[in-house]
Order: sequence, then structure tokens, then C-alpha cells
Amino acid sequence: MSALEMRYEVPGNDFTRAGEASSAIKNKLKQMGIPPGVVRNVAIAVYEGEINMVIHASGGTIDVFVDSDAVSLVLRDTGGGIPDVELAMREGYTTAKEDIRSLGFGAGMGIPNMIKYTDEFKINSEVGKGTVVEMKVYLEK
Amino acid sequence: MNILDNKTMPRASNPLSTAPPFFQSRKPEYDRFFHSVRLDSDLCKGCINCLKRCPTQAIRVRDGKSQITKEYCTDCGECIRACPHHAKKATFDSFDTLSEYEYKIALPPPSLYAQFNNLEEKSLVLNALLSLGFDDVYEVAAAAELVSEITRKLIKDLASGARDNLPQGGFIPGSLPIISSACPCVVRLISVKFPNLLDNISPVIAPVEMAANAAVRRALIRTGLPREKIGVFFISPCPAKVAEAYSPLGIKESQIDKVLAVSDIYPRLLPFMKEIAASGGDMTSFDRGSEFSREIDKAGRIGVSWGGHGGEASGLLTDNYLAVDGIESVIKSLEDLEDSKFTNLEFIELNACKGGCVGGVLVVENPYIAKVKLNIIRKYLPVSGTHINASVPPYAYNNKKIEFQPVYRLGQTLEESISMMKRVDELIEKLPGLDCGCCGAPTCAANAEDVAKGLADEKGCIHKRVEALETESKLSNSQR
Repeated sequence: MSALEMRYEVPGNDFTRAGEASSAIKNKLKQMGIPPGVVRNVAIAVYEGEINMVIHASGGTIDVFVDSDAVSLVLRDTGGGIPDVELAMREGYTTAKEDIRSLGFGAGMGIPNMIKYTDEFKINSEVGKGTVVEMKVYLEK
Repeated sequence: MNILDNKTMPRASNPLSTAPPFFQSRKPEYDRFFHSVRLDSDLCKGCINCLKRCPTQAIRVRDGKSQITKEYCTDCGECIRACPHHAKKATFDSFDTLSEYEYKIALPPPSLYAQFNNLEEKSLVLNALLSLGFDDVYEVAAAAELVSEITRKLIKDLASGARDNLPQGGFIPGSLPIISSACPCVVRLISVKFPNLLDNISPVIAPVEMAANAAVRRALIRTGLPREKIGVFFISPCPAKVAEAYSPLGIKESQIDKVLAVSDIYPRLLPFMKEIAASGGDMTSFDRGSEFSREIDKAGRIGVSWGGHGGEASGLLTDNYLAVDGIESVIKSLEDLEDSKFTNLEFIELNACKGGCVGGVLVVENPYIAKVKLNIIRKYLPVSGTHINASVPPYAYNNKKIEFQPVYRLGQTLEESISMMKRVDELIEKLPGLDCGCCGAPTCAANAEDVAKGLADEKGCIHKRVEALETESKLSNSQR
């Protein structure tokens, strides 16, 4: 079976549009008849990633691949990168500034939620170059 | 006593405890997608007003006439509001159907009280319903207070994790928040678009169904008549509640026999209300009348408030609620809720109509004026007029699972869906993206999906046709 590929551009620093890409991805997956639980997990994981791109990386791209086994996601940005990935993966750890936190974002659950709601999670970050997050949610558990 | 213990059987003296006749099916089975909203094609001009306003993209204009895709329609009534030619209509039962029954019960919703000018006492409306030909009246607002009481207990038990207290087999949500089941349009929307939220829908039946059940039981005991001679008439403010009575989602069968419209009953009530008011002085000093008329006037402030947006949530006495009105805002909130963007919520009230039920398309008064009128009526009422006296009756809970219907799925299999999605994306690329509606689909994307499904012609886009004509004329000019 041939896979479906979709690409979404995420604009940086625009909170009014944050969530647009994850919402569009969610609706496409629903139209494809992907099981509701998988759609939910993908939507939550992508939303977290999308918000991170908006807050920390002035945007980026989200690539979605759908085949008979899984929904695979690659989130790429050319932002500042994460100096200590181990630390960023910890629940509650945040570097978000006060103004962002006052909007209800940056609670330090972004990466932990991405791990929680996906079956495979990989992160590659280089300071000064950017971050690549790869995630997979299996269609059948 | 634990009020949620529904295992307690009715008392032996209760005629319903043995072989209840009305649990046998009385009605023919209606389509899962039975609708009240219909098109009068003689009046339809084939314009795009309804097409652009339908929140679920259920409408297409084909061969110069509007068409409703029944699987997508939620009976919200937005097309009825939008149609300048009155071609979209809500269907409901005729008042003449009263003659089909020996004993007739009216179920007036709180939104009905909000239709009248200078009304301070709802007993005037209730008595006028008796004068109009009904033998009994059961306020939906009175039943709504019972729904509020059961829901308060449910929230408390779910919040504290006391699942042992919860009724068995009643489709109890796994966790909070609970989404109100009162607006059938919202429940229908969730069942086709938000499968992940089905588990959060309240297991408690809607107030109107609670009223119907209680009224039927009262009538059976009072009259001794068989169930089929008793007619339960709901006076509905909207088409969604008409459809729900005929094809309910969470219960096997509705106890409502006929559904009338507020807009149809309103003018019939006025002369009787004037007569009653005249015989007892002005409306405000109107004597509440007989003992029977006192008995039917039961609902308090909580019940009457259900008629307007926010009323249901306020009856739950919690601050952790969300109340949303208007179908577009409801859809947006369901999207956010599905993505777990809200935290710590206990209850979610969603009204498809702006202003709540007073904003339904089958009411007469402006919804905002109606809300003010509701405030006046409830001013001197007790907080709540009805209470659960013993245990919660078993009928208070849904008895049928609300199934997800994947009507928006493109293909039958994932493989088919993926190839169709690719085709849709290719088609979208070629379309101008103006979303003009001239092809008969509400957006270019919807048109692309229709073409991929084989429901529309790729040549339907007029902008593409103009483009082709221009290219052709340029070509022929250059050849000259």
C-alpha cells in the first residue's frame, strides 16, 4: 500500500494560529477512517510539538506519513535547539518565559506528553541549528 | 439513602412493577438518520445561502435545488434561519393528532414560558394548556431539576472516584468532564464527528424524556388506561428535539408520542390565557386555581433556567463548568476538548442554538428578549421545586450505547481512503480556492471530495470553465 504524505508549515510566534496544523492533521486522519484512539494520540502529540515550535523555534514544518502500520510524524525546526535534551524530557521542566506561561503554555509537559501519547519517540537537537522530533503511533496495538 | 441506587424496584402496589406494557415497542422503527429539517423544493431557488451556513457541510445544490445529506445533518436548523425563500422547514406533528388519544399529556419546555409578554406566573400557561384540550401537563422544567440533581451526584461520585456508588450498566463516563445530553443536535454531532468524546456524554436522559416517563407513569396510575390510549405531546422549540423523539440515540424508545412546535401552540394558547387572566383579574394577580393546577406548577428556578444558555450548568452548583452556545462555537469547543486543551472541568453544557433553547428555530420570540422574560418568571420561584424522593428510577439512565458512525470517512478501507485522499489533494490544487459555492459544494475542498467520491463532475467549477474559455478564445485569436 502506498503511503500518504502531508506537509504542514507552522508559523512562529503566532499564538492565534497555533494548533491549526494539528487540527488539520486530525481532521484528515478522521476522514481516512484511522481508529479514534490513534487520532486522539496523534492530535495531542502533534499539538504539543506545534506549540513548542511556536514558542521556542519561530516555527517549522510537520511531515505526516500514513501507511497500513502507523501514523509517522517528523517535526523539524531551525530554532535555537535544546542544550540538555534529558532535562527537557522531564515532566514539569520548562524554559518558557513568564509571558508565555501566563498564557497557559509552557507547563513543562510538552515533550513528556509527546512520549506518553506515541509508540516511538526520537529527538535530535543541536544548539544553534534546530530540533528534529520523530514520532510514530501504531494503528494496531 | 443512596439516591443513585437504581436496583430498588418500584413498590408492589405500583402497576408498573409487573409486565410493564409500555416497555414493549409501540412505535415503528425510524431511520438512524431520521430528520425534522426538510426541503420544500418548490420554494427552493437553488441559491447558496443554506449551503454556506450549514456547520456540518451537509448541503449540496444539485440540479438547481438544495439537497441534504442525511448522514451529516444534525437538525440544528441553521439552514432554516439562512433560507430567504423559506424553503427549509422543520417538520413536526399536527395539533389535530390530539384526537388520536383518549388521555392527552402536554410537556411544555421552559422556553415556552419565555414567549409571552408580561408573564410573571407560568401557571397561566399551564392552565391554558389544560383549557386547550390537554388532560394533564408535566413541566419539562420540573423533570430538568431531577436531571440536575442526579447529575450533581454523578459528578461528585466521579470526582471522588466512588465508582461503587454508580449505577451498573448505565454507560457511566470513565472520567470527568460530563458532556450534557440535553441538546440532541450536539449528541448527534459527537456521534459522527467526535468519537473520542462519546464516553463523556452524560448517561442521564434528557429532561424531556424524564418528563415523558414520569408523566406516563402518573397517567397509567391515575386513569387505568392502556398505554396506547395515552398521548404524550412534547411542545418543541427546535427540529433536533423532534427528530430525537422519533429516532433517539441513547435510549431504545422515546416515551414521547407526538411532537408539536412552540410556534404552533403559541397562538392557540393566547386566547385561553387572556380568558383565564380576565376571569382572575390581571395576569399578575391571577389566582393559581384548583388543586390540580397547583400540582402541575412545580418547577423552580433551576428548572426554568434550563431554557436559556448557561442555565443547565448553573443548576449543578459547580464553578468548574464550561457553557457554550451556537453551533460553530460548540464545534470549536469540541475540537479543543478532544485535544485535551481544557483541564479540571467537571461539566460541559453545549447548546447548538445561540442563547440556548430559547434560540431554537421553532420559537417565536427573539432569544435575548426571551432570556430576560425567563429571568422575570423565575424571580419569585423556589430554587428547586422537584426532588428525587426515594431512589433514582432506572429509566433516568440511557439504555442504549451511542455508537460512533464514521460518516465522514472517505473510503471503506484505509487503502481506499488514502488513494482517495491523494486524489482529493490533487483536485484541490487545481481549484481556485475561492469557496464560492457556485459548483453546489460549500468549499473547493468539499467539491474535490465530492468529485473523488464520484458525486460531482470535475467540470463543475465555473471559474475553471471561464479560464478554459479564455484560453480557447486567445488560441483562436492568435490563429487568426
